[in-house]
Amino acid sequence: MNNVVFLIFRRMRRPLISLVLVYAVAILGLVLIPGRDAQGHPWHMDFFHAFYFVSFMATTIGFGELPYEFTDGQRMWVIVSIYITVVVWIYAIGNVLTLLQDATFRQAMTEQRFSRRIKAMREEFYLVCGYGETGSALVNTLTERNQHAVVVDIDEERVSLLGVENLRQFVPGLCGDAARPIHLLEAGLKHPLCAGVVALTNQNEVNLKIAITSKLLHPEVRVICRADSHDIEANMASFGTDYIIDPFDTFARHLATALQSPGLYLLHDWLTSLSHSELTEPVYPPAQGLWVLCGYGRFGKAVLKRLRAEGLEVVVIEADPALTGISLDDCVVGVGTEPETLQQAQIERAAGLVAGTDNDANNLSIIMTARQLNAGLFVVARQNLMDNQSIFEAVQANMVMHPSSIIANKIQVLLATPMLFEFISLAQYQDEGWACELVSRIAAITSTTTPEIWEVSIEEEQALAVSRCIAEGQPVRLHHLLADPRERENRLPSIALMIESNNARQILPAAETVLHIGDRLLFCGHYAARSKMEWTLQNQHALAYIMTGGSRPQGRVWRTLERLMSRHGA
Amino acid sequence: MNPEKVVFGFFIVLALTLNFGFYVGEFNNPAHHNGYELFAVVIVNLVATILKFGDRTQMGAVLLATSLVAVLQLLAATIVWGAAEYVTETGLTPDVMASVVSLAGGAMLANVISVVLLVIETVMLRR
Repeated sequence: MNNVVFLIFRRMRRPLISLVLVYAVAILGLVLIPGRDAQGHPWHMDFFHAFYFVSFMATTIGFGELPYEFTDGQRMWVIVSIYITVVVWIYAIGNVLTLLQDATFRQAMTEQRFSRRIKAMREEFYLVCGYGETGSALVNTLTERNQHAVVVDIDEERVSLLGVENLRQFVPGLCGDAARPIHLLEAGLKHPLCAGVVALTNQNEVNLKIAITSKLLHPEVRVICRADSHDIEANMASFGTDYIIDPFDTFARHLATALQSPGLYLLHDWLTSLSHSELTEPVYPPAQGLWVLCGYGRFGKAVLKRLRAEGLEVVVIEADPALTGISLDDCVVGVGTEPETLQQAQIERAAGLVAGTDNDANNLSIIMTARQLNAGLFVVARQNLMDNQSIFEAVQANMVMHPSSIIANKIQVLLATPMLFEFISLAQYQDEGWACELVSRIAAITSTTTPEIWEVSIEEEQALAVSRCIAEGQPVRLHHLLADPRERENRLPSIALMIESNNARQILPAAETVLHIGDRLLFCGHYAARSKMEWTLQNQHALAYIMTGGSRPQGRVWRTLERLMSRHGA
Repeated sequence: MNPEKVVFGFFIVLALTLNFGFYVGEFNNPAHHNGYELFAVVIVNLVATILKFGDRTQMGAVLLATSLVAVLQLLAATIVWGAAEYVTETGLTPDVMASVVSLAGGAMLANVISVVLLVIETVMLRR
């Protein structure tokens, strides 16, 4: 706040002083030069009238010669004064106008407005550093789920994009270097409602700096970082960064899941993608046969490790073996875009292909060439840039690995639905049959779109009716929540995925499970089911109908009557 | 030598000396208090105030405050003077003069504080 005021005052010093001095000289001159009054007697102008005259002269308003007509001596002085005062006046005004357009001043104004908005935050928010592809995807999903975010980015253009993008919540953005603690503090790092810091800049060092700054200045805050190298990852983990996300490792793990258990992979895909998007088809990567892997960079290494762990035979194609640290005997040298290299890697008898170089055009070219040689390939493509989305869709790869969306997806699950994150971790230990059964149950409920995911806490605020009912000693069971409050024989199109009770987690809890105060539940289902469940949770009459089948009298009179009647009957 | 300090010190001391010059004399005698001198005091005080704009130090802030007080008092004095002479047309009676001079006296006190602060700041610099 003070910054702006000081800046204005500092810059206004010179124009104001020149204005005061010029006024003083002009006024003094008018007072000293002898004039004549209406009767022609000698007369000296006083300070009051001189100030009055100079005031309208300098601003070029010009009321005329007041209070008496001037003598020629006075007029001579006025000629001089007009030119000086008018020029100085214009100079002063011009100075104020330049100040308003000054870059420093504007930056100070924006920062001031920004920090005022941060101070006014009344709900939990996440501090997102880096508003590139990943950042914007994350902010978009967070706001879609009615959560708040604050953005810091070093590029002014990207920050101004925030204003254009049609986000559901207002997201304040600051243009600044997130590696400097002052900018993180301005963006609300120490704000008590700051729930988490997400470091998504495209530089590992900056992400590291953000993580360490956040952990030092606000130790309770959750820190989620993107890391592209294992060194940085270990470094971040050393001081307690809560979640470190490596897009390549994450994707390699997904690929391994898909190899081991396609059903589990599909379940994961459906539950984590944005609700109401199209349901994706299952993928069945070949779990035996030869795989050809083009590009042995960070992505290639992560994938190779997983494929080898599955016991698959892999041939690596790499253009620069010396740089990536693979010996010449273990790989075919080349980019993979030419048929010769691919034939050398025995593409004809291969079952799968991973086009994993860091160049989108090369990846697409590899896929097209390889398909000409072997049409039945299972293709995994690495997409580096968001802009190339349409051509990657056109090439119809079986799996597309896009680092930004992988990170954004993982973080939004982590932040928006933490219980879903736990559910997925637990689901990894289940077998394929379990996953396939759940997938078909979800498909039966939602038909063509991905299910809505929601969490419910059994507490006054979120479940008034249920928690009152439990407090009164009436047990509420899970199947009560899953019943339709309009027709209790019907089930709502939803599935209880997990219940967390006293720190114990149970996936796919039985319908007879008794609920306790403080339990947390995770549901997935049709979006209409969520709003209907709200009724059961919050409305005592709806809950009473579900539990008893009858409707309780709602008014005081009828309730008293009912009590009298039942006593009479007994 | 810091030219900014020279200029500021000059204006602060000049404001005090001119103010004192206007203030001395018989309390309610218009002949002892010169209008030109009051004009000069107002101008010099205004300049001294503006010179302290945008100073972020604690001392600068206090000096700005005292200068603002002085300017306020002096403007009140000139308004009383002008109103007596042109609005109510009572002229410069001893009553009016007394209130003008007492307002200027208050401004002088503020100017004294400014000078004292300036001296303290100078002594504390020790170089």
